[in-house]
This record gives sequence, structure tokens and C-alpha cells, in this order.
Amino acid sequence: MNDLEIVEIINTALARELELDPARLTPEASLFDDLELDSLDLVDMVIVLEQAFNFKIREEEEVRSIRTLGDIHQFVIRKKHHLEGNS
Amino acid sequence: MPLNRVVITGMGAVSPYGNGVEILLDSLFSGKNAIQTLPEMEQIKGLKSFVAGIVPEIDSKTIARKYRRTMSKMSIYAALAATEALSQGKVEPYLFQTGDLGVAIGSTIGSIGTMENFFRDYFSDNSLERTRSTLFFQIMNHSCAANVSQMFGIKGTIIAPSAACASAAQAIGIGFDAVASGKIDMMLCGGSDEFHPLFTGTFDLMNAASTHFNRTPSSTPRPFEQNRDGVVCSEGCGLILLESLGSAKRRNADIFAEVVGFASLSDPSSIANPDAQAIRDCMEKALKNAGVNPDQVDYINAHATGTVDGDIAECTAIGALFGNTKPVSSLKGHLGHTMAASGSLEIIGSIGMMEKKQIIPTLNLDKIDPMCNKTRHVQRVESAAIRYILKNSFALGGVNSSLVLRRYGNERFGNR
Repeated sequence: MNDLEIVEIINTALARELELDPARLTPEASLFDDLELDSLDLVDMVIVLEQAFNFKIREEEEVRSIRTLGDIHQFVIRKKHHLEGNS
Repeated sequence: MPLNRVVITGMGAVSPYGNGVEILLDSLFSGKNAIQTLPEMEQIKGLKSFVAGIVPEIDSKTIARKYRRTMSKMSIYAALAATEALSQGKVEPYLFQTGDLGVAIGSTIGSIGTMENFFRDYFSDNSLERTRSTLFFQIMNHSCAANVSQMFGIKGTIIAPSAACASAAQAIGIGFDAVASGKIDMMLCGGSDEFHPLFTGTFDLMNAASTHFNRTPSSTPRPFEQNRDGVVCSEGCGLILLESLGSAKRRNADIFAEVVGFASLSDPSSIANPDAQAIRDCMEKALKNAGVNPDQVDYINAHATGTVDGDIAECTAIGALFGNTKPVSSLKGHLGHTMAASGSLEIIGSIGMMEKKQIIPTLNLDKIDPMCNKTRHVQRVESAAIRYILKNSFALGGVNSSLVLRRYGNERFGNR
């Protein structure tokens, strides 16, 4: 799975779960201000990502510092590469 | 003595006929039965009743996802009914913020379907890792009241009475007391429920669900009829906007009727079986609260679900209190038993009768059960100038509720 495929999976999963217009899913989009998500959405977003990529991230400190969609992309890409490097 | 007269200035309905008061009233007046056979119920072991009244597919996307995400079907029904009632009541959005508008919306229980889905997944591997944050908001008992308040930004009283099939009557009664006492100007009141086979199964276990009309669903339920065989469970939501007369006049709101009396009494003789004396006591208490004599009542909208014992007990009680001259009908033959919504949906139907000066008969009442002959049953549409209505709503758990409505002298029906 390359980085573009990871981004595509993330955007598709979040668009479906959170009913977001794909056109709004730019890397610089702020989760709170631009996509108008809140704390409940973030909890469910983590569950969706865990299911999409079959990993556990809920307890990871870095999740709490995510602010933009691009932050999510980069976090998941790093996590995937880390897991693949360890496998 | 109440400080305020309490009038109804808005109505909203989601019923097995569809979304809206208009389709509800049109269907009731045209004698349409809303019951269908559900093939999936035939797959449930031990269940003998396969009929229900289901709300047709409705577009819930009109509700913003931010609010819809915490809603199960019953809250979606409540949100749509609230939208209609507040719109009809011409309630300006700024009023939501003032604290002068509250909600009292009850349901039998939180969403059983949501609970079923959760536990089905949970028991697969004993894991909560897939559980959405929005789950609990759909299964809590005050889900409908909370979701409606959140969606509209309502800051006044919030209360969610839960008394199964008497939930709506209690919600309206609580709202009536609150407005009458001057605590608040407006209360959006009623009940909502979504169908789950557990409802039907509960009555079926007690031999009180309709089982003989699975292939002819429009022939059931049959309140007061000699071949009646039990309850048919349905779903929906009915909400009415209660308002002090002073507030309604200040806002120049249309007034559809007036609520003048309420009682909800416990019947400790049995948690499951109705008792005629307890029902009579409740109706008497509501009339006393209204300051109305039985002679003044023009029409009785019965709870009558089509069970053998319940219909006899209610008829016996009505006959003892009112004699056998007052017209009586039940709307369960049309709608089935919409559970927590039944009280409010049937009150909307009764207000429609008041407006149209016609009494809707009990559907499927071909031959009156001799045990139910102590009252005058309405079997075909009757013209009638209705001033006072008594509405009954009873529930498992030994709960009897009665409301008294009065036609408002200068009522206008400009919206329809």
C-alpha cells in the first residue's frame, strides 16, 4: 500500500462515516474549523481508522495533537510504515 | 386553580401513514388501515404475530448529521414531528433560546434496535473497540427529548416521562400542568416509539397480540369487536405544542383546541391486567381536574387496543361513568398501537374530529362484542359538534391516564 492509497482510504472512510463532501477533504482542512467536527466525531474517526487499517491508535499521544486532515494522513502513513517495517 | 388556560397551537405527526399531520388525518378520515405483514417476523421462533404498523421510508437527511448522528428512528420521528409542530405554531427561533419553551417527550424505552445491534457485535468477541461514541445517546430513555432539544437549541424545561403506552398522555399532562401553573409559556409534548419485535413478542407471550390476521393485516386490530384477538404494535411520533392562552394571543397563534384536565393514576391491582374501577377512577379524576361533568363530554377517544380484557374493562368503565349514549371510538383499528406515541397521535386525530365536526368510527368493528355493549360505539362516520373530548391512554405497569380537551371558542384552522 503506497502513500496515495493510504490517503485515498482515509478520505473515503471519513467521507462515508462523517458524511463529508470529498471536495472539502484537502490536507490543510482543519478538522474543527473547516470540517466542523467535534469531540464525538474525533472518537468515531479513530474507530473508523482503526477498522480501515487494522491497527490500534486510540491510546497514542500523537492522536491528540492532530488538527488537520493532513495531520491524519501523515500520522497514518508513518504508523503504517512503522508497522510494515516491524513486520 | 390554574393560573393559565392551556391551548394547543401546533401539531406534528409521523405515523405508519407517513410524515405529517395532513396524511394522518386524511388516512384516518378515509378509513385506511396502516397494518402490514412483516415476513421477517415469521422467522422469529416462538412469535405468532407477524403484523405491525411501520412508518414508511422517510428522508431523515433533512436533519443535519450533527444532530442525526445521535438519533435512532424514534428520535428522527420526534425531530420531524417537532419541526412540523413548531412550524405550524409559528414559533420564532429566538423563542427556543429564551427558556419559555420546553419539551416533554416520552418513549417506552430507548432504541431496542440500537441495543440489539450493539450487543450482537459486543458478544461476538466481548469488545467495545468498535462502539461509536454516539451509541448511548440513542439508547438512553430520554433520547427523543434530548435530541429534539439539541436540534432546535431549546433551553427551557426538558423532561422525558416513560410509561410505555401512556407516555404521550403523561408528557402532555406534565406539559399541561407546567403551563397551567405559570412555570413556562410553551411545552412541546408527546411520545415517540420505533417498532421492534420485542414489543409484539411481549404481548404475544401474554396471549394479547393479534395472531389470526397475519394474512389479512388490514383486518386487525379489531377494538371492541367480537373476533378481536389482540394488539398490533406500530410506531411513530405525535407532538403537540401546548401554550398559555396569553402567550398564544400575544403571538397571534392559531389555536386548535384547549387542554383542560389531566389525571394519571396507578392501578396496583395488577401490573398487567386492566381494571374497570381503576379506569373509571382515572377518568373521574381527569374530569374533576377539568371541572367538567360526564354529561358535558361529547366524545370519548378510547385507548382500546383490541385485547379481550382491556376493551371490556374500558367499556365497562366508560359505561359506568358516562352511560351508553356518549359516542366512543378507538383509532387503533386504523393505526395499530403506536405505543408511546399513541396518546398524542390519537389526540391529533381527535382534534381533527373536533375541527371537521365528524367522529371517526372504530375501524374493523363489524360485530360488537356483547361484553363491550355498555357504551355507544361509533361504527360509521358521524356528524357531531364536539366541545369536550375525553382521551384515555393506558399502559402495562398499572398506569391509567386520561386527558380532557375542549374546543377553543375562537379557534381558527387557517393553516390547513
